[in-house]
Amino acid sequence: MPVKVVEDWLNACSGCEISILNIGDPLLDLLPQLEFVHMTALVDHKFFGQVGDKMTMEIPEADVAIVSGGVRNEEHKHELEEIRKKAKFLIALGSCAAYGGIPAQANMWKNEEVFEKVFRHSPSTDPAPDPADPNIPKWTDSCMAVDEVVKADIVIPGCPPHPDWIVEALSALLAGKTSWSLPERSVCDTCPVIREKKAAGGAVKRCFENAEFNPNEGLDKMRCLNEQNILCLGPVTLAGCAGKTGVPRCIQARTPCRGCFGPIRKGAKPMVDMMGALTSVGLDPKTIVDRRAIMNRYIGGHKFLTPLPARPAR
Amino acid sequence: MGKVINIQPVTRIEGHAKVAIHLDDAGNVADTKFHVQTLRGFEKFCEGRPAEEMPRIVCHICGICPWAHHLASSKAGDAVFGVTPPPAAVKLRRLMQNIAYVSDKILHFYFLAAPDFVIGPDADYSVRNVVGIVGAAPDIAKQVVHYRHLGAQMLEHFAGRAIHPTFSLPGGVSKPMNEAERQEMLPQAKELLEFAKFTIKFAKENVFPKYLDAIQKLGVIKVGYLGTVNDEGALDFYDGKLRLMQPDGAFEEFTYEQYTDFIGEHVEPWSYQKFPYAKKWGGFALDLENPKGVYRTNTLARINVADKMKTPLAQAELEEFRAAFGRPAHQTLLYHYARLIELVQCAEEAVQLLEDPEITSPEVRTKIEPREARGVGCVEAPRGTLIHDYETDKDGLIKSVNLIVGTTHNNAAINLSVNQAAKETIKGGNYDQGILNKVEMAVRAYDP
Repeated sequence: MPVKVVEDWLNACSGCEISILNIGDPLLDLLPQLEFVHMTALVDHKFFGQVGDKMTMEIPEADVAIVSGGVRNEEHKHELEEIRKKAKFLIALGSCAAYGGIPAQANMWKNEEVFEKVFRHSPSTDPAPDPADPNIPKWTDSCMAVDEVVKADIVIPGCPPHPDWIVEALSALLAGKTSWSLPERSVCDTCPVIREKKAAGGAVKRCFENAEFNPNEGLDKMRCLNEQNILCLGPVTLAGCAGKTGVPRCIQARTPCRGCFGPIRKGAKPMVDMMGALTSVGLDPKTIVDRRAIMNRYIGGHKFLTPLPARPAR
Repeated sequence: MGKVINIQPVTRIEGHAKVAIHLDDAGNVADTKFHVQTLRGFEKFCEGRPAEEMPRIVCHICGICPWAHHLASSKAGDAVFGVTPPPAAVKLRRLMQNIAYVSDKILHFYFLAAPDFVIGPDADYSVRNVVGIVGAAPDIAKQVVHYRHLGAQMLEHFAGRAIHPTFSLPGGVSKPMNEAERQEMLPQAKELLEFAKFTIKFAKENVFPKYLDAIQKLGVIKVGYLGTVNDEGALDFYDGKLRLMQPDGAFEEFTYEQYTDFIGEHVEPWSYQKFPYAKKWGGFALDLENPKGVYRTNTLARINVADKMKTPLAQAELEEFRAAFGRPAHQTLLYHYARLIELVQCAEEAVQLLEDPEITSPEVRTKIEPREARGVGCVEAPRGTLIHDYETDKDGLIKSVNLIVGTTHNNAAINLSVNQAAKETIKGGNYDQGILNKVEMAVRAYDP
């Protein structure tokens, strides 16, 4: 009997679903074991009946629910709660579901400030009141991770998560296991670059020019980016972005990590830990430009990012 | 007041949307609306971010076309910092874009659109999907999965990330390509080209002929078109002038910075997605009989506005297409055909770029320095013209962002097409799931 799966995206970009497709050839072996009773991206099941005649949202019963995206509006919230009621296991897929993700950067502002900008302060937009209609759901107070609303049994972080982990987590469930998680290692633990435990010292550099490296040599011949004074969040970021075998994805591009897999363990304080990591190689953490947003780029849910109090008038 | 049929969610598209079909007392369609239900607020939360970080933030707007946002943002960054990337950097950006688009077009045609055509629009929903395709045409499905994956692997292997890339930055790209990498990728790009050629041949022989009747009727509207052409008037995904064509084929051209003179955005209370319109065409009206200001983007629009394709095999395909459907072609389902002509160009251009020795030049980044400026960067995303408009302060931090993205341009047209399709297919209160799926097909053609 195939396992019944509900897959749904909430405040998402579809990248997680593309990552599922990027499983590649093993996907065709996995597919017959799964019956997608709902998957907005690929399957035509409807929430209000196939001919749109139902008054309430109908989510099918499922062995496994896979949810990508965070919760940004009342309908995401309702949909997620209904999915949770009908699913034996719920997988929060990707960093939006796990931590709020990039869209949770909006948590630095009040909702009305965001709407004000989008609908009344754009050079191409004819200013208009905020859209408001029964057919478009209201924003929630903040952009939330899935577990701020319901219990998530398994969390697969990453922006996007690597296909290896999607296969591994699903295979674990298919084999009757009830939990799965990535090992608690940092990106640096999987990064092949040369580390000498000290930088040139001084200010952290922005990416105004490329890192120093020889393009004809491997990453094992490139100096650590933090030690080149380029801010890299590898020390405080959970490893796994390149799957089971690869090197960290951003490093492969010779660019620094921005923390898309989130903190190494629950309850970690990446900001504090990163300040320590920079200080230990002789850099001044106070020189990081836009520090709050950059350190919380993918993890602005869970109240990590909130609107700053208005500055007192001078 | 008659009843309302809610198609929710609209499936095999990207994102959250519903279609509401309003019937009158006689059961005929009074109106149909396409409601976009989500808003994320990128234009606000990018304020304050360092401009050089933008290409790796805004790519998250779309996980299907992250490379398009990544590159439009890099180009807006080039303009903001006032730098010209070295030639090899532009070639590498173009190469990544073409490879990413090959995967995107394969995905849309086989996995999102084909179930309607291969399994059939009226088939039961439980089989009208990719799993149905795997069952109906296992050999083709295997190749689709393989070549989509090959494209993703090429991007990942060279540029680190296939989804949400970090490779391109204002001033160029993060690393050059060495000769070994070029040698490895060239035969892979040739494989993609072979599959592209197979795909359009397969579609022309086995798919499109069966639906000629539907193509002439479903979702057809007569509106304008927007796309990018190079100096020779050929379709260019990466750079050029914006060309805005009226429904009769007359057109005007403008530079990126001039976009606010030509394009306005209207807001309706019932959708979070705005409605861009051509400012000089006498206002905006979502009236099916007499639409005002409405233009379309994405594949069919580009094929219509371009005088020619950029590469020879794609050009031969365009000539065949034009002989059959004319220019501009207004039939909405032809978006699928146009998508495959573009697929051929993307694969051909990828091969051409990899055969160009300059692509391995080590000079790939011009150093940037912060300054107060405004910059507009555009590329053609799979779903239409992307407009990224940034303003920075003297520290190179973002002061203001305006974005008009691919599918947003098509918002008005999708609304008109879905209304047309509903009126065409639902009469006297008679409808079933197959008919409602045909209404959705009018949405899906735009690949929103």
